[in-house]
Amino acid sequence: MANDTKNKVIHAKNLTKCFGTFTAVNGVNFSVSRGECFGLLGPNGAGKTSIASMIFGFSPLTEGKLLVLGQDIETEARKIKAQLGVVAQDDNLDPELTVRENLLVYATYFSIQPATAFQRSADILDFMDLSAKADSVVQELSGGMKRRLTIGRALINQPELLILDEPTTGLDPYARHIVWQRLRQLKEKGTTMLLTTHYLEEASQLCDRLMIINAGSILAEGTPFNLIETHVGQFALELEIEAQWYNKIEQWCSPLLKTSQKIGNTLILFSDQGQALTDKITTFFANNKIIPSYQRLRPTNLEDVFLKLTGKTLDTSDPHETVPTEHGGYQNGNY
Amino acid sequence: MATIKSLLRNMLTKPDINLKLSLNVFSRNLRVFRKTWKANLMFNFLEPMLYLWAMGFGLGVYISQINGLTYLEFLAPALIASSAMFATTYEMTYSSFARMGHEKIFHGIVVTPVSMDDIVFGEILYGTFKGVIYGLVFFLVVIFFGIVKSPLSLMLILPLTLMALIFSNLSLIWTSIAPNYDSFGYFFTLFISPMFLFSGVFFPIESLPIGLQFLPGLTPLYHTVAIIRPLVLGQVAWDLIGHLIWLTVVALITLRIPLIMVKNKLIK
Ligand SMILES: Nc1ncnc2c1ncn2[C@@H]1O[C@H](COP(=O)(O)OP(=O)(O)OP(=O)(O)O)[C@@H](O)[C@H]1O
Ligand SMILES: [Mg+2]
Repeated sequence: MANDTKNKVIHAKNLTKCFGTFTAVNGVNFSVSRGECFGLLGPNGAGKTSIASMIFGFSPLTEGKLLVLGQDIETEARKIKAQLGVVAQDDNLDPELTVRENLLVYATYFSIQPATAFQRSADILDFMDLSAKADSVVQELSGGMKRRLTIGRALINQPELLILDEPTTGLDPYARHIVWQRLRQLKEKGTTMLLTTHYLEEASQLCDRLMIINAGSILAEGTPFNLIETHVGQFALELEIEAQWYNKIEQWCSPLLKTSQKIGNTLILFSDQGQALTDKITTFFANNKIIPSYQRLRPTNLEDVFLKLTGKTLDTSDPHETVPTEHGGYQNGNY
Repeated sequence: MATIKSLLRNMLTKPDINLKLSLNVFSRNLRVFRKTWKANLMFNFLEPMLYLWAMGFGLGVYISQINGLTYLEFLAPALIASSAMFATTYEMTYSSFARMGHEKIFHGIVVTPVSMDDIVFGEILYGTFKGVIYGLVFFLVVIFFGIVKSPLSLMLILPLTLMALIFSNLSLIWTSIAPNYDSFGYFFTLFISPMFLFSGVFFPIESLPIGLQFLPGLTPLYHTVAIIRPLVLGQVAWDLIGHLIWLTVVALITLRIPLIMVKNKLIK
């Protein structure tokens, strides 16, 4: 095997996961380098957790090859897991134990000496702003505190690779920012991270590089900036106008356009030249004596990339266009 | 069918156990137990006490002798075994189900160097330990009532441990296929309660219809009671060895199954 792949913290080749006949992860290839924060961005059911659980050795691979920290997860799971920190999507703290006990007990699974474990717990509680709650029982903590404790617990073995499955889902904006801040600090200290999320802001705040996935496949991969630049450009002009004008507008603006997208009764024009585009469309409206019911120029973001690639928004994964009527059902009259 | 086949195939494979890590899982459960042991022990202890009062002192007044024993002498030693059986069984059904289910404790542990086999084995050790503790506490009660006749009775710890181990295994097997908490009702109604009633705890199995007398011999409780009662009363005989061998063999045969079945339930 090439030395290069050995040096990757994660190296996945044709990674596939099936549940029965259903394919949740469909032959994906990617790798993560040391010190990098790599994001998996995708809607509910995209396969983020399925990928993450194969990496942390919980879920067996259906097919493919997966090297974590240079070793094969299928044969060296114990050794690999000793160097991982894992924050699962669902909280799995010990509810009856105190905050500190949670850390101390977890340390025993890594065979960490009690004195060391005690010292590290104190440091972690401090880092995660939980020192005041050290002796509270977990059941009494708020959701945000539990999440912080779960992240802190994953640091007890000073992991080489931190895997975070939706670390901030369900947190309020303030709690979310605290978590982001801590994760950034860890990143600065050189911890490699794999982060799954369906918040585009989280992805753009934390990830050096990310992969957009949908229905078990990779749609695109790159730095947040690259993805935006490649797929949608810098600006988005949103217009609400009668659909009959769509094609004419697209033709009129085409020299400036990177791409465009219709969602419901909104037309979004993407371009690197925002002002020029606004001027051009103003002329078009004047020429045709029409007034759009809504018009807004804004910077693009990852959600636009996602939208462009899938025709879906990230948060709901519901297609914006009207769902086609399914066959069967009441209309057949056999109800 | 396919699952049974794969179960049989897996029976012959070696489990991936690191004993030290299993003991850490055991300690985790023990630590939680230490928080609640007073309330816990009280309740589990109360039940056999109630039986002892109701049957031993209430009903026992009307029974002059069973096999040459007063009814209290007949019943009390057997309740040591049943007390252990209930403690282990509750722990390895309801409580284990919570740990591997909504609490996701197993999921939290298995991403560390601890393997799923370590976790389940740690559970089995804990379930066994808990049964033995509850059995021994009831043994103290039996001593208190002046029923213990011989220091040899201390040897009951061996059959008690084997029996608790068997019940850990059997309960975890049920837990691994249980879809929800309600299904434990069936386990207790179909298996545990009949065992409690008909395995020689309350009356000698010779009182059962001839055709059914073989049934208790298939239960771990019967063999355990058959050892503990004479030990407590100081009536040691060679036939105890046979019962001990039965318990040992069944404990060893059933040990591998929950390791496979819990793993199959949790890891997809
Ligand atoms: N144990 C399982 N058995 C059957 N199907 C499963 C199982 N786990 C996941 N799936 C399916 O695999 C697909 C991917 O699930 P996964 O949990 O990886 O998605 P996700 O991207 O993490 O979604 P979310 O954002 O909701 O957490 C889903 O369609 C899900 O229903
Ligand atoms: Mg998920």
